[in-house]
Amino acid sequence: MHRIILTRLAQGVLTLLLASIIIFGATEILPGDVAEAILGQSRTEEALATLREEMGLNRPAIVRYFDWLGGMVQGDLGTSLATKRPVADMIESRMWNTLRLALLAAAISVPLSLALGLWSAMRAGGRVDKTLAMTTLALIAVPEFFIGLILMKVFAVELKWLSASANTRPYFDFWQNARALALPVATLSFAVLAHMMRMTRSSVINIFTSPYMEMAALKGLPKRRLVVLHALPNALSPILTVIALNLSYMVSGVIIVETVFGVPGLTRLLVDGVTLRDIPLIQACAMIFGAVYILLNLLADVLSIMANPRLRYPK
Amino acid sequence: MSDATEFAKPRASVFAGLRLTRTAIFAGGILLFWLVLALFGPWIAPHGEADIISTKTFAPIGEGGWLGTDKLGRDVFSRLIYGVRTTLLLALVTTVISFTFGVTLGFAAAILKGWFDIVVSRIVEAFMAFPSTLLALVVIGAFGTSITVLVLTVGLVLSTSVFRVSRALGYDIGVMDFVEAARARGEGTWWILTREILPNSMAPLIAEFGLRFTFSILFLSGLSFLGLGVQEPAADWGLMVQENVGGLFLGSSAALIPAACIASLTVSMNLLVDWFQQRQQGETVLEKIDQ
Repeated sequence: MHRIILTRLAQGVLTLLLASIIIFGATEILPGDVAEAILGQSRTEEALATLREEMGLNRPAIVRYFDWLGGMVQGDLGTSLATKRPVADMIESRMWNTLRLALLAAAISVPLSLALGLWSAMRAGGRVDKTLAMTTLALIAVPEFFIGLILMKVFAVELKWLSASANTRPYFDFWQNARALALPVATLSFAVLAHMMRMTRSSVINIFTSPYMEMAALKGLPKRRLVVLHALPNALSPILTVIALNLSYMVSGVIIVETVFGVPGLTRLLVDGVTLRDIPLIQACAMIFGAVYILLNLLADVLSIMANPRLRYPK
Repeated sequence: MSDATEFAKPRASVFAGLRLTRTAIFAGGILLFWLVLALFGPWIAPHGEADIISTKTFAPIGEGGWLGTDKLGRDVFSRLIYGVRTTLLLALVTTVISFTFGVTLGFAAAILKGWFDIVVSRIVEAFMAFPSTLLALVVIGAFGTSITVLVLTVGLVLSTSVFRVSRALGYDIGVMDFVEAARARGEGTWWILTREILPNSMAPLIAEFGLRFTFSILFLSGLSFLGLGVQEPAADWGLMVQENVGGLFLGSSAALIPAACIASLTVSMNLLVDWFQQRQQGETVLEKIDQ
């Protein structure tokens, strides 16, 4: 078991390396370089050469890649082109906003989708199941900003119950925070709910219809024992994978939600960086999100290996 | 005589053969409506997409234009009609690009196997291990926003999933008896690909096309909403939402209308794919997403 987990960890590190190559490569293939971007239209050849020398852009791309990667590992994320401030500082002040949003949304959407998925699976083919199926089909297809704007229109503009801006202040008390965060958290939860629920449903149905469950039921085992000891360990690994996948899916959902509700978070920073073509900022943000995404997937795999003995012995 | 009776009722059976459900008719109707509007838009729209028709910005529905005016006093109704062209055309081009790359590489990997398959599959896996929105943002950040960059980036990002589907199809169909028979007959690779594998993978590929089309509408409108997609003064539904969000607090629905239009487009497309899936193999689109 240790060996297979170690192999999976090594794979994760390798994927992260590949991701860093993709991120660095994507910003490298374009004609011109960061020096040209800084100086803009009014550049002279000398100024360009001096700046390149200063920034070390004359070195080959492979050297610069390892330099950049080494900095990343040590926590040096480079300097922003637009603000001239260290990227690490800019990210640090924003990280908490994004993290709080994602954690709250996860705390709501994970239990809710597991419960709904289970309910749907128990009543497979019934009216509840069909209604939930149609709802999820619609939810999957609807853009996140549509959900966000409708919620905003109803609860913030018309009813004035909740705040449309999620920009919280340090002096806010609990209720003010709740009022500010309710809508973005709800939007983000809706965005990931549908997928998670469907996956839970299908993995539970898969297990309930398997021969060993039928056998256990025919032996006359009590229903609780059946669900807890027989069905759950096997259902756990697909469910864990789904949860991790959807938490990582939040990466794209959170971008939209932060824009709709004006959350000063990490993705807003990334989008601003893209608008201003602030390459070091983009690279750092993309690397952080990529690492979180890969880590979550890794975690899901390791947890499912631990939960399901069958996965410990590869075929 | 028996031939005559068989040909006696072909008119009625054209639609009966499609086995349309009520949902499918409804969804198809909505799509058809937008398609007609996209084709004949410039003749239907009362104003140009960039024409400022009123000094009153964020005019409510019924004032200024049919659906009010936007943040610059442009006619929301006209921009909506021009917007459907941009939205549908860009999504179509993007999906076609993703299919060109995905299907070609996928079938090539399935037929050639060996090192080619391994190399391409590994590269695709590396790209899939990374959130697609993030990938698109990095590339747009590097190249700047232009329609070409937008369409190519999103097309390539989406092609990873098309690759997986078509590679799996190629592998599955490639081992079937009729393909073995064709090989034994001495047919060439090209013949096997175009006459045996492609026709037999048509239905799943059409369904995949529908899903990718929906996804690219969502993806592109999301980017436009962030201000990184289609740029003003062109009309695009995602862009219209972004422009007019501020009006929400002034009682204007100029942002909600295009958002609802996008939703109507994507939901109907998904419902139609769902109907197609069930008709083809009794598998719903939800089950396909679940895989």
